[in-house]
Amino acid sequence: MSQVLLVVGTRKGCFVLESDGDRRDWNVRGPFCEGWPVYHALYDTDSGNIYAAAASEWHGATVWRSLDRGETWTQSSEGLGYADDGDLKMSKVSSLSAAHGRLLAGAEQAGIFESRDDGATWKLLSTLDHPASKDWNDPDKQPPGHLGVSATIPHPDDAERFWAIVQGYSLFETADDGKTWTARNNGLRAEWPREYDDIGFCVHKFVYSPTDMSRMYQQNHCGMHRSDDGGHSWTEITEGLPSDFGFAAAVHPHDKDTFYVVPVDPGHARTMHDGKAAVWRTRDAGSSWRRLHEGLPQSDAYLGVLREGMTNDALDSPGFYFGTSTGQVFASCDEGDSWKEIASYLPAISSVEVAVVD
Amino acid sequence: MADVYLPSTLPPLFPGLPRRIELDAPTVDDAIRQIDERWPGFRDRLVEGGPAIRPHIHFYVDQERAGLGTRLEPRSRVDVIAAISGG
Repeated sequence: MSQVLLVVGTRKGCFVLESDGDRRDWNVRGPFCEGWPVYHALYDTDSGNIYAAAASEWHGATVWRSLDRGETWTQSSEGLGYADDGDLKMSKVSSLSAAHGRLLAGAEQAGIFESRDDGATWKLLSTLDHPASKDWNDPDKQPPGHLGVSATIPHPDDAERFWAIVQGYSLFETADDGKTWTARNNGLRAEWPREYDDIGFCVHKFVYSPTDMSRMYQQNHCGMHRSDDGGHSWTEITEGLPSDFGFAAAVHPHDKDTFYVVPVDPGHARTMHDGKAAVWRTRDAGSSWRRLHEGLPQSDAYLGVLREGMTNDALDSPGFYFGTSTGQVFASCDEGDSWKEIASYLPAISSVEVAVVD
Repeated sequence: MADVYLPSTLPPLFPGLPRRIELDAPTVDDAIRQIDERWPGFRDRLVEGGPAIRPHIHFYVDQERAGLGTRLEPRSRVDVIAAISGG
């Protein structure tokens, strides 16, 4: 019988939640990774390994891995750093992806590293050369905050094509394995001055439809957007949502017009609106939105969900999952119509990823 | 032989790594490299690009704040301290 694994990255280590295909009862294991702050963790369905991108204030950035579904863990940062005499410094590994027999790690300062030996060693693949790259690596020219590669998104069929997000600057696409990059921000909105025509947009989360690679969605700092041409142009679809701001997003695995987001307060709070937890769903590609809240707390609930905090499986009746800044994990097996709290007291959650395994 | 005392956060990362190691090394950097030879990846947990000791790690040699180039005497005590940070 299939087993469903949720790999949850938190401020205090990685956790694994397990259930069977019914996804009613869940077992929580962890914390793993010696309690290191984990920014993104995932299960690689090709290798069967779990990986966790982590960074310790004391001991720097590394990637933890478990070859036995979480029973034992080791860490390696061999090659996961910039040259000692160079301008770039590695502060953390922000994101991971696994596809085509390799791992990609997005780093701060902005760069992408790859591993082709299951995370034992790493090497620098790209620093996303662009006329503006000197700016996003120059603290004096950065917007406040930390900038890095917050996501790499592999193409499912083409190993040399993938997307990368440089925080605060751009969604980029490469078709030659990181040698050259094209900004994919046409039609996006920015509420600040920009020095370059093609970049200067704050992309929070980017997803594509598994049923149609031309259909993409993104939660931006400034609005929710849809693309019908593989990211070459974007149309804003914020109308009907309680705010234009959020981080997490998920696309239905079998219906390209169905898409989920978690709008949050855009100010300091960055929690769900009015203390009432909700996920919002469109079934018509963003023409209209419905607030989904059954089973979610509707009073005094100030929950945040980060960019990698929501995911879905691809079962016939897909499950949707999100983890919160206050340590809860919620799951829905009816496309978001109702939700169940399946973990209540984890540390603040950075990421939730799912895998269905035999 | 210098005595190197490590913080409790390091042994879980490197199987077999003790909290206290005796070694012959002329400097702090050489001591770190010797341990890294036996437990690969050790140096990266204490030293960042530059190279420089990571900002939240302090080295003391015979109770004096030390850097990578600090010389070790045959009976020096080296304390590696993880800063009081986090929460």
